[in-house]
Amino acid sequence: MSSEIYNMVIDRNARLVKVENSGDYFLFTFESPEISRLARPGQFLMVKVSTGVQPLLRRPISIHNAENSILQIFFQVAGEGTRLLSLKKPGDTLDLLGPLGTGFSIKPEFSGRLIFCVGGGRGIAPLYFLARKLNEAGATPVIFYGGRTAADVPLKTHLESAGLETLTSTDDGSLGFHGLVTSLVEKELAARKPAFLFACGPEAMMERLAEICQQKRIPGEFSLESIMGCGFGACWGCVRKIRRNGRTGYLKVCQEGPVFPLEQIVWQEDENG
Amino acid sequence: MVDLSVDLGFLKLKNPVLAASGTFGYGLEFKPFYNLELLGGFVVKGLYFNPREGNKPPRLVETPSGLINSIGLQGIGVEAFCREILPQLADLDTAVIANVCGEDEDEYARVAEYLSRHNGLAALELNISCPNVREGGRCPAQNPEATYRTVKKVKQVTSIPVITKLSPNVTDITSVARAAEEAGSQAISLINTILALAVDPETRRPKLGNVMGGLSGPAIKPVALRMVFQVSRAVKVPVIGMGGITSATDVVEFMITGAAAVQVGTANFVDPDACLRIIQGLEDWARSHGVERISELTGSLKI
Repeated sequence: MSSEIYNMVIDRNARLVKVENSGDYFLFTFESPEISRLARPGQFLMVKVSTGVQPLLRRPISIHNAENSILQIFFQVAGEGTRLLSLKKPGDTLDLLGPLGTGFSIKPEFSGRLIFCVGGGRGIAPLYFLARKLNEAGATPVIFYGGRTAADVPLKTHLESAGLETLTSTDDGSLGFHGLVTSLVEKELAARKPAFLFACGPEAMMERLAEICQQKRIPGEFSLESIMGCGFGACWGCVRKIRRNGRTGYLKVCQEGPVFPLEQIVWQEDENG
Repeated sequence: MVDLSVDLGFLKLKNPVLAASGTFGYGLEFKPFYNLELLGGFVVKGLYFNPREGNKPPRLVETPSGLINSIGLQGIGVEAFCREILPQLADLDTAVIANVCGEDEDEYARVAEYLSRHNGLAALELNISCPNVREGGRCPAQNPEATYRTVKKVKQVTSIPVITKLSPNVTDITSVARAAEEAGSQAISLINTILALAVDPETRRPKLGNVMGGLSGPAIKPVALRMVFQVSRAVKVPVIGMGGITSATDVVEFMITGAAAVQVGTANFVDPDACLRIIQGLEDWARSHGVERISELTGSLKI
């Protein structure tokens, strides 16, 4: 057979070593040396949540961090799959497939530059790993972290204690800036302009950010969410309309993404137009 | 030593497990996970003559022990397949089977004829049964006459053996199976997905962009077994059974019921190495049950 080197593995014995929880949100820490070694910011895992056939499919979950054999995921209970996942306890072993997908681009020219990382709700998940790597690359990341209420920004202190500048917003004003995270970004843009903007979060947030970035001529990359069948390009179920190299078509979020350059993303409203 | 090989007459397989079309990409997607030569074979994603855009998302919805898809056969088209993919598959020591699609009978023949000019294919599987490409899930496999005409047309342009893949969305599947056999199909594979629908009660909208889709996964296994039972008694050509197989014992059940070989589909999404585990499990099962040749299971159902 071929001698190609592949960058994804099935770890059937990823040991869950720590569970941190705040409301609907969970931070899981696994020992999974091989996936941890291969993982890059913006990539994801397909996590098996049951040992039987119900629910049938794995769940796509962002990699929150990968460091020294340790692999972390941050997720919100949003349905039956994530609910079952949330019931796992330290000491349990899980079946993880990953790392998957095309992550964020950390470019050499980011060194010495200001970079905005904008996360809405559970969309914060991949941004810690990203900000950490941006720091290592000599860039200055600023994290914008928005949620509906104070309960929806549980990673705030975690990010701050890691030494990352973190600006928080809540829709109800219960914590940080009162309003949408996109308004907080606009407010901050009046004072300083980043060389690049990364984002992950609800569709409406990212669409608004895309407008802002285009207005202010800020390049960026956004991580998209999609319902996935396999996570490694076999089912073609997770596609999203993407404008690339002069043509618009359905590309697989799991392989070509989940991270796309913002100017390539076709937003839902435009789809029928 | 268990003999896992099966002989379909026109094709010898090293074991009865094939990966099913639409769940195995073009094969290459699974190379990171195991040696494809361990498979009985695999059926690549459906090929039309031209590239296809596929259906509007969302394309997937999970249901109890199942999955409804409406991919709509997005794909690269037969020319790109023969140019870019087939050369990477042709030398594999396993049965590589192309899945042939068409908007009409002529297109099936054009795709089959184009494929026939290339080396490396063990068989063509005619996908006359995809529920996702026409309004209301219509397809040639819903009608014995259309099935006969389509198979006949393809047989006239190719010398590669033909397998016809049937739809469960019919009143009498045996009449369609017989039509395919009469037209010269050397095997019958079944079942394709079951036409299905899922609704979001909050928005009152269908959960799939294309409204209806095809149900697969363990949820459809009993329906698939029933149809394998009926078809294997209605035709003389070998039957390749599929529908919800996730384990070696599922394979055993399909073979006992009448299948000469099987295809594993949706399970490939959940466990990229599902086929491999099933093949290993099949050998263990045969050994522990004193079965020396796996092919002796076929049609051994006691009624």
